Amino acid sequence: MSDIGYLDGKVPTGPIDEKWTSHKFNMKLVNPANKRRYDIIVVGTGLAGASAAASLGELGYNVKVFTFHDSPRRAHSIAAQGGINAAKNYKNDGDSVYRLFYDTVKGGDFRAREGNVYRLAEVSVDIIDQCAGQGVPFAREYSGLLDNRSFGGAQVSRTFYARGQTGQQLLLGAYQALARQIRAGSCTLYNRTEMLDLVVKDGTARGIVVRDLLTGEVTSHSAHAVVLATGGYGNVFYLSTNAKGSNTTATWRAHKRGALYANPCYTQIHPTCIPASDDFQSKLTLMSESLRNDGRIWVPKNPADTRSPDQIPEADRDYYLERRYPAFGNLVPRDVASRNAKTQIDEGRGVGPMKNGVYLDFGDAINRVGPQVIKERYDNLFEMYERITDEDPYKVPMRIYPAVHYTMGGLWVDYNLMSNIPGLYVLGEANFSDHGANRLGASALMQGLADGYFVLPYTIGDYLAGMLGEKPLDTSDPAFKQSEAEISDQVKRLLSSRGKQTVDQLYRKMGVDVVWAKCGMARNAAGLEQAISDIRAIRDEFWSDINITDQSQTMNQSLEKAMRVSDFIDLAELMCKDALHREESCGGHFREEYQTPDGEALRNDDQFAYVGAWQWTGESGQQKLHKEELAFENVKLAQRSYK
Amino acid sequence: MRITLKVWRQDGPTSPGAFETYDVPGVSPDMSFLEMLDVVNDRLTLDGKRPIVFEHDCREGICGSCGMMINGVPHGPEKGTATCQLHMRKFHDGDQIVVEPWRAAAFPVIRDVAVDRSAFDRIIEAGGYISTPTGAAPDANLTLIPKPVADAAMDAAACIGCGACVAACPNSAAQLFTSAKLAHLNLLPQGQAERWARTEAMVETMEEFFGSCTNHGECREACPKEISIDFIAMMNRDYVKSKRKNRKLLSQIR
Repeated sequence: MSDIGYLDGKVPTGPIDEKWTSHKFNMKLVNPANKRRYDIIVVGTGLAGASAAASLGELGYNVKVFTFHDSPRRAHSIAAQGGINAAKNYKNDGDSVYRLFYDTVKGGDFRAREGNVYRLAEVSVDIIDQCAGQGVPFAREYSGLLDNRSFGGAQVSRTFYARGQTGQQLLLGAYQALARQIRAGSCTLYNRTEMLDLVVKDGTARGIVVRDLLTGEVTSHSAHAVVLATGGYGNVFYLSTNAKGSNTTATWRAHKRGALYANPCYTQIHPTCIPASDDFQSKLTLMSESLRNDGRIWVPKNPADTRSPDQIPEADRDYYLERRYPAFGNLVPRDVASRNAKTQIDEGRGVGPMKNGVYLDFGDAINRVGPQVIKERYDNLFEMYERITDEDPYKVPMRIYPAVHYTMGGLWVDYNLMSNIPGLYVLGEANFSDHGANRLGASALMQGLADGYFVLPYTIGDYLAGMLGEKPLDTSDPAFKQSEAEISDQVKRLLSSRGKQTVDQLYRKMGVDVVWAKCGMARNAAGLEQAISDIRAIRDEFWSDINITDQSQTMNQSLEKAMRVSDFIDLAELMCKDALHREESCGGHFREEYQTPDGEALRNDDQFAYVGAWQWTGESGQQKLHKEELAFENVKLAQRSYK
Repeated sequence: MRITLKVWRQDGPTSPGAFETYDVPGVSPDMSFLEMLDVVNDRLTLDGKRPIVFEHDCREGICGSCGMMINGVPHGPEKGTATCQLHMRKFHDGDQIVVEPWRAAAFPVIRDVAVDRSAFDRIIEAGGYISTPTGAAPDANLTLIPKPVADAAMDAAACIGCGACVAACPNSAAQLFTSAKLAHLNLLPQGQAERWARTEAMVETMEEFFGSCTNHGECREACPKEISIDFIAMMNRDYVKSKRKNRKLLSQIR
């Protein structure tokens, strides 16, 4: 495999607030009449994929859209609850593009690329206009104007929302825009079709190989460019708030064809999830962190305290966040809140039958504003909590515990969202670009839609313009045929597995007992080294001891899962390797060896202010590190403090 | 808890299907219904048998993937709840639970309890959108939308496209699904320009696939998001109007 050399993020020169504007002018254009001569493949139909496909179709390109779901509307963007940030400053409370940019860089613990973040903040305002135009029913005030709320500790109200279903409404907006293009014939939808390989020839992305989940048929599709918008890899932990189908297969297989995987150790743990209730638990349910606006987090001071929470007097409770962070209290950023909950539970003060939660108590808020106001603010969340736990949060404090929610790492891309493989673009959670080491609340929806609606449609033209007259690689080319054969072999091999464990049993063992335990909220060198050797053992078990009894090619869910888990195993090893090499604590990556005397994350800007991008060298765990140095010209590097 | 599970098993779209019965001991009341099926599937696999195919994804009641008839009721006994949010504590020790796929001609069975719901996508493609090319929208606060209108549009937009309404309907009609999308878009000021064309196209596409509505109201009872059948009345009114309006618009062009 060729050497990558120096990693260039290709951020345009000039003042930060003029970069995007001048770059848009400097990029080459594709003549409207020529756009139909180009084929583009988009994989994934969440916010990033659906918005990109619809926008490219509107421009006149031929777009082929792939999703493993039955319908684009099922993508996991649909489950986002809280809201979407935009620097509209409708509230006149001091927000601006620059402030959103600043908050995002700081919140990301200074591990994001300034140029990308500024552009994200800049186009955030267009997203709201676009979505309102599509009919997204954002919350309104009685005046008919859009409502905003503050979110995740932001000091301005810049979050737009549609009840507790913002992700659903934004995704339906993008899905409907895509449906319009499907009807118009500019986009062709391939549903229930899973991408299993990227085809690269002469160093350029040429197409993909897919498997039809209804027939098992493996086919090739070629195009002038390939766009991956396939989401994050949070399910590497087995238990996460991701949908059960969310997987890393598309990005991982692109990685194995040469795309760099950047910062895989940056994973976000969301502090307000419902704790697991038993060993059968299949996934964790997140509750909007807006709950922390009114709920107070506490644990009993005495670990042996078995009284029910209402019987524990104030003097015997420890409101540990309010005690340690008087300025921000219960509203500290996600990583800080999560880590503190873990400390309490590790020290034996956890609550609930499995002692795996902390209390989130609405007693004070109910006394202060009355149950009616609390009901208006949180009724759907309280109802959801009661449905799952059978406990009434109006009477008993909620129990919460952190859970994996989002992954900041992903495939490396430059300012144009192109990976190191020419012609391969990566959008949304699948790329690493905008959130640094930690993502702010209500910024995921913003990034997915920014990439799809307002960045890619410009930047892809610059690449395509140079290819006028070139035909896509014929799918009878040996590059496609070889890949098809490899996939068919893998399917055959998995279908002949006759071991003693189910895929889920092994997957849970890896995700929960190894990755979560040793590469979760806190990591240390010894644990990570152990994890790497555990993962290697699990890989051997996977290929020798799993059992797949279903032999069908039609909707064989055991086979689909086994293929995804095989990629998660390889990714888990790289995650631990990345976490081991990054000898500092930053954002979602907390190394126990690197903390301040009072237990806060200790960054090492002299040695680690770079993006760690890993290159596949032919064997799992043997990736080679490339660095993209991060320059902070506008935001001064500083220790985050929420005291 | 120990339950008896009677499940529809069907190898493929053209194979005949049949019920199979499984004894399921060791069910925790805190399990969700799908987690119970996960456990059954792990046991089937270890016994060398083929696991049950069922669709599911978010397990938070929002993606609309899951959906099965549980004891003859779409999504089971708890009102306003998708299958994934249903918990085993709603059943009793010793219960027999019958699990079937959605039964509707427009939703052919693919395998076991998984069905093909792509007819819903065809209805949306027929006009379930507001044509706003990227970048063409004016400032979001330029169009004022009274709060009650925005709220009503949101009530309709809450549909998750699971298909329970069709499964519950004796006629396999998709009026609730179609009217929810129409109401969402037709109520909003942005949706007015295409209102009549949208209504006519979506209703007629719906009728290509689904049965007719005879006001049983079963759809609303089955809907996990409890969407109101008032939207069906609104759709019917708009459809009648659309016939006249669309013809008039055409005659003006001529």
